[in-house]
Amino acid sequence: MFDSKIRAGKLEEKWVDYKGHCKLVNPANKRKLEIIIVGTGLAGASAAAALAEQGYKVKAFCFQDSPRRAHSIAAQGGINAAKNYQNDGDSVFRLFYDTIKGGDYRAREANVHRLAEVSANIIDQCVAQGVPFAREYGGLLNNRSFGGTQVKRTFYAAGQTGQQLLIGAYQAMERQVALGNVTMYNRHEMLEVVLIDGKARGIIARDLVSGKLERHFGHAVLLCTGGYGNVFYLSTNAMGSNVTAAWKAHRKGALFANPCFTQIHPTCIPVTGDHQSKLTLMSESLRNDGRIWVPKKQNDTRKANDIPEEERDYFLERRYPAFGNLVPRDVASRAAKERCDAGYGVGTTKQAVYLDFRYNLINKYGRAEASKKGIHNPDEATLVAFGKEVVKEEYGNLFDMYEKITGENPYEVPMRIYPAVHYTMGGLWVDYELMTNVPGLYSLGEANFSDHGANRLGASALMQGLADGYFVIPYTIGNYLADEIATKPIPTSHEAFEAAERNVSDRISTLMNIRGKQTVESFHKRLGKIMWEKCGMARNAQGLQEAVKEIQALKKEFWNDVRIPGDINEMNPELDKAGRVADFIELGELMCIDAMERNESCGGHFREEYQTPDGEALRQDDQYMYVAAWEMKGEHQWQLHKEELKYEVIKPTQRNYK
Amino acid sequence: MEHYTMNLTLKVWKQKNANTAGSFETYQVKDISSEMSFLEMFDVLNEQLIREGKEPIAFDHDCREGICGMCSMYINGRPHGPWHGTTTCQLHMRAFKDGDTIVVEPWRANAFPVVKDLVVDRTSFDRIIQAGGYISANTGSAVDGNAIPIDKNKADKAFAAAACIGCGACVAACKNSSAMLFVSAKVSHLALLPQGEVERKSRVLNMVSQMDKEGFGSCTFTQACEAVCPKEISVSNISRLNGEYIIAGLTSENS
Amino acid sequence: MKWSEFFTSSVGKKLVMALTGLFLISFLVVHAGVNACIFKDYFVTTDDGDMFNRAADFMGKTVVIRIMEVVLFLGFLVHIIQGLTLEAQNRSKRKVGYQVSLGSRGSKWYSRSMGLLGTILLIFLILHWWHFWIPSRFTQAGLEEVWMSNGRESHNMFALMQVTFSEWWVVIVYIAACISLAWHLVHGFQSAFRTLGISNSRYITLANTLGIGYSVLIPLLFALMPLSFKMGWIGA
Repeated sequence: MFDSKIRAGKLEEKWVDYKGHCKLVNPANKRKLEIIIVGTGLAGASAAAALAEQGYKVKAFCFQDSPRRAHSIAAQGGINAAKNYQNDGDSVFRLFYDTIKGGDYRAREANVHRLAEVSANIIDQCVAQGVPFAREYGGLLNNRSFGGTQVKRTFYAAGQTGQQLLIGAYQAMERQVALGNVTMYNRHEMLEVVLIDGKARGIIARDLVSGKLERHFGHAVLLCTGGYGNVFYLSTNAMGSNVTAAWKAHRKGALFANPCFTQIHPTCIPVTGDHQSKLTLMSESLRNDGRIWVPKKQNDTRKANDIPEEERDYFLERRYPAFGNLVPRDVASRAAKERCDAGYGVGTTKQAVYLDFRYNLINKYGRAEASKKGIHNPDEATLVAFGKEVVKEEYGNLFDMYEKITGENPYEVPMRIYPAVHYTMGGLWVDYELMTNVPGLYSLGEANFSDHGANRLGASALMQGLADGYFVIPYTIGNYLADEIATKPIPTSHEAFEAAERNVSDRISTLMNIRGKQTVESFHKRLGKIMWEKCGMARNAQGLQEAVKEIQALKKEFWNDVRIPGDINEMNPELDKAGRVADFIELGELMCIDAMERNESCGGHFREEYQTPDGEALRQDDQYMYVAAWEMKGEHQWQLHKEELKYEVIKPTQRNYK
Repeated sequence: MEHYTMNLTLKVWKQKNANTAGSFETYQVKDISSEMSFLEMFDVLNEQLIREGKEPIAFDHDCREGICGMCSMYINGRPHGPWHGTTTCQLHMRAFKDGDTIVVEPWRANAFPVVKDLVVDRTSFDRIIQAGGYISANTGSAVDGNAIPIDKNKADKAFAAAACIGCGACVAACKNSSAMLFVSAKVSHLALLPQGEVERKSRVLNMVSQMDKEGFGSCTFTQACEAVCPKEISVSNISRLNGEYIIAGLTSENS
Repeated sequence: MKWSEFFTSSVGKKLVMALTGLFLISFLVVHAGVNACIFKDYFVTTDDGDMFNRAADFMGKTVVIRIMEVVLFLGFLVHIIQGLTLEAQNRSKRKVGYQVSLGSRGSKWYSRSMGLLGTILLIFLILHWWHFWIPSRFTQAGLEEVWMSNGRESHNMFALMQVTFSEWWVVIVYIAACISLAWHLVHGFQSAFRTLGISNSRYITLANTLGIGYSVLIPLLFALMPLSFKMGWIGA
C-alpha cells in the first residue's frame, strides 16, 4: 500500500515534529524552482500567494475569466476555527473530535488534528489581509454555530464568507502577480499532467479563448481544482466546476480515494422543472435560527402559515433533541428525505420541507431588540419588525436570493427547502504531505480526499482549503523540492510534453469528429439522473449494479453520438463542456463501483441494506475502516487499494446526536 | 406565485472574435417557463441552436447564484436586466411577459473588449487590483485576530464595499465607461480597516493610476453605476476614494 | 507624486473641475449680489439705478477686484477647457455604443448632460460679454456717463441693461440660459463636494439641500433681471 507518511509519536506533536524535521529549501534555490498551481479557489489562491511569498516561481491556472471567480466564492455560512473566543469550551481537541465524529470515523486522525491546529492561524491571517468578518459592538470578532457542534466557533461575513475569504486570498495572490512571482493564466484549462521519469513535471493546458494547446513545465504540480459534485448534473456547484484535472491525474496513475463519499446538503432551494441548470444553497447557518418542519398530516395542502403550531412536526427536534436543527448535514438530509418519501412533503412537487424563521425572529431577536430599546410588553408586530432587522443583517443576502429565485418572501412565509448535492469528500488520494502517489503531484482543498471522512461538517471546507494552501503546503512541498534543486527546468520540447500534447489534441479531434445528434448537455443530464437516483442520498447494491451498466452504455453512446458545434481553434464552450462531461461519465462509473464495494453506511454514504432499526447509518468498522483508494487499470477497470485507518486517540462509536 | 409560459423574440449580439465585426441576430424561443432563470432561457436557446446545426451563443457565467460576478449581459439597455440588485443569473423569466422582444448586448467599453458574442475581457480589473488592491501581509506573520478591535460600524461599511463581485456592470452602465465604483469599493474596503492603514496612500494613488492606464473614463457622478450594481455598492465610496486620493496626492513625498 | 500627475489623473481632472466650479459658484453670489442692486429702483423709484451704478463703479475701479477679475477669467477658461476636454475624453472610452441605452434608469438627464448644459452656458457667456463686459471694459459702445449720488462720474450700466433688455429675444435667451444654469448647478454643486471627498451621508445630504436651494435662488434672481426691465418693473 502507499505510505501515508504519518509520523509516529503523539497525535498533538506530529505536525510540530514534522515542521521541525522536514527538509528546507534555501531562498536562493526557491527562486529557481517552478510550481504549477491549477485552480485558484481558496486552496489554489492561498497556496499561490504563500509559495510566491517564499520566493518560488508560481504559474497559476484557472478556467474562469479571473481567479476571483473560483467557486469558493459561493461559500456562504462561515469558517471554523478553534479560537474559543466565546469561552464556551472550544479547543483544538474539540474541533478535531467534532470533525472526526462528523466524518463518521472515516478520516485520518493526524490530518484532522493538524487542520484543527492551524485553524486559528487562518483567522489571524485573514483578518490581517482585511477580511471584514462580522464583529460585535465592542469591535471583537463574532461567531455563530454550525451543524454537528455544540460550541460557537464559526467566523463569518454575513452570508458571504467564502467570497470575503477568496477575495483575501485573491488579493494576496494578485500582489504576487504584481511582484512577478506569480504568472496568472486566466481562461486556461488543464487537460493533461506530464510525467517524466515517474515524476509530475508539467501540464498541457488549453487556452480557452484561442483554443491553442500550451505546454508548461513545473518542478511540482498542485491540483486545487475543487470537487466533482457536478457529476450529478444538478448540484450547488458552479456550472464550470469539474473533475477534469483530477481525472487526468487519475488516468496518469494518481489514486482516487473514496469517490462515493458525496455530501447532500439539506437546505437547498427545491427543483422547479426540467429546465433547471443548477441548485442554490441556503446556508447551513440558517439552521441556527430556522426551524425545520413538515405538517403532521400527510398530503396537507394548506398554506404554511395556515397550519397551526400543534399540527407541525419539527422532525429534527423530535428525533435529535440534543442537536435539534443543528445535526450534521447527512443526518438532516436523510431525515428530510424520509419525511417526503413518507408523504409529508410540501410545495407543488411535495419534495420539500419548511425552514421557518418566525419563532426566532420573534422570540430570539425581536425580544432582544425590544429589550434593548426598553420596550417591555411589545406586541407581535413590533417583535416581528425588530426581528426582521436583525435577521436581515445576519442573512439578508440569502433571503434576497431566495426571493429572487422563488418569488416568495421568506420573512413572511417559511422557506421551502430540499437536499441537494453540495460537496464531495472523496478526491485524489494524498499522503500527510498532500502529495498524491505520483511524486511531485499534489492535491489541495476539496480536490483531495483527506480531512472530512464520509461527511464534512459545515464551515469546514473553507477551513481546509485555506489550511492546505496557507499553512500546510508551504512546509510539505519543501520536503520534496529540497531534492529537486539540482533539476534544471526541462524544455517543453521534451518528448514527454510532445506525447502528452498529442494525446490531448487527438482526444479533442476525436470529440469534434463524432458529429452526432445529441447535445453535450443532454448527456450530462442523463448521467446526473442515473447518479442521483442510484448513487444519491440512498443507495443499494442492485441499483448500483444497474447504474454501472447504464453509465457504461451512456459512455458508448456519448462517444458515438455527441454533437459539438464550432471549431477547435476558437472559443468553444461546448467543446470545453464535452471534455468535462466525458470525464464525469468515467468518474460516475467509479463512484458506483466504490459505493457498491463499501457494504456499510457511513456519513453521506447511505446503503439502504445497512441501517439501524430507527434508520440511522450503520457502519461496519470491522470490515470497512479504511480509505478506498482506486487505481485505474484500463477501460472500466480499477484496482482497489486499502489504507487502513488507525484510531489512536478517538474510539469510534455509533454517532449519536440525540 | 402564478407560473406561466411565454414565447419571446431575442435580439442578441453575435461576434466571432475580437478581430471581426459583429452584428445582431434575431432568435425565437418558445414555451419559456416563468420559473426559469434568464440564463436557463439561454441554455434552452443554445440547445435549440445546436440541434438545428447552428452556432450557439457564447456568454460568461459560472456560479449562477449571483456571487462570482462572471455573468455580464446588457439586457434591454440595462446591465443584468430589469431587476434591481440582481445579477443576470439571478434574473428570472417572470420579469418578462409573453411576446416580449429582448435585446441582449455585451458590456461596451474600450477597457472591456469583446472576446466573443456576449463574452468580454475584464482582466483590466485584475490589473487594477495588482496595482494595490491588497494589504501586504505575508502568510504567517499575522497577530491574533482580536488584537485590534474594529468599530463595528466601520467593519460593516468595509464589508458592504467588499461585497463587490467585480462584474463590471458599473462600467457598462456609466456613460463615461468609468470604473470608479469598482475601484472605490476596493479602496474603501481597505481604507476603512486599521489593517489597511499602512498602505492607504500608495494604494489609492496606484490604483487610480492603473485605472487611468486601462482606458476607463472619469467619474462625473451620474450615479448610474450604483443604480445597476447587483450588490448595491454605494457611490459614497467614490467620494471616499476622492478624499483619500486628494490627501494622498497632496501629502505624497515622492516626486 | 508630481503635481502634474496629481492634476492630470482622472480624479485630479475632476478636482480641477470641482475647485473651479466652486470658485465660479462663489463668483455668482457676488455677481448676483451686485446686480441685485438694480432692484432698489423697484422700491425707490427715484433711484434710477444709482445704487447699482455705484456698485458697478466700485467693482470696476478697485484694484483687488480687478486682479480677481483676471483670476475669474482664468477660472472660466480652465473650467471650460477642462470640461470640454473631459467630455470628449469620456465619450471616446466607448467606441462601440449600445443599441438600447440605459437612459434615465438610474441617473438624471442633467447629470448626464453637463457637457451640453455647459456648452449652452458658454455660448450664452460670449453673448453676455458682448452685451456688457466688452462695452464696459473696452469699447464703451452704447455707454453714457452719469453723475452718481456719491459725486463720482461713471458708466451708466443701468441704462445699458435697460436698452439691452428692451428686446424680447434677449430676455428669452437670458432666461433660457438661467434655466440651463440652474440644471448645471443642481448637479455641479453637490458633485463638487463629492469630488472633494465628502462621503459622510449627513454632509452629502447637506450639500444636496444647499445645492438645490442655491441652484434655484441664484438663477431665479438672475432671470428676474431682464424680465423686470422688459416688464417695466424697474427702470420705468
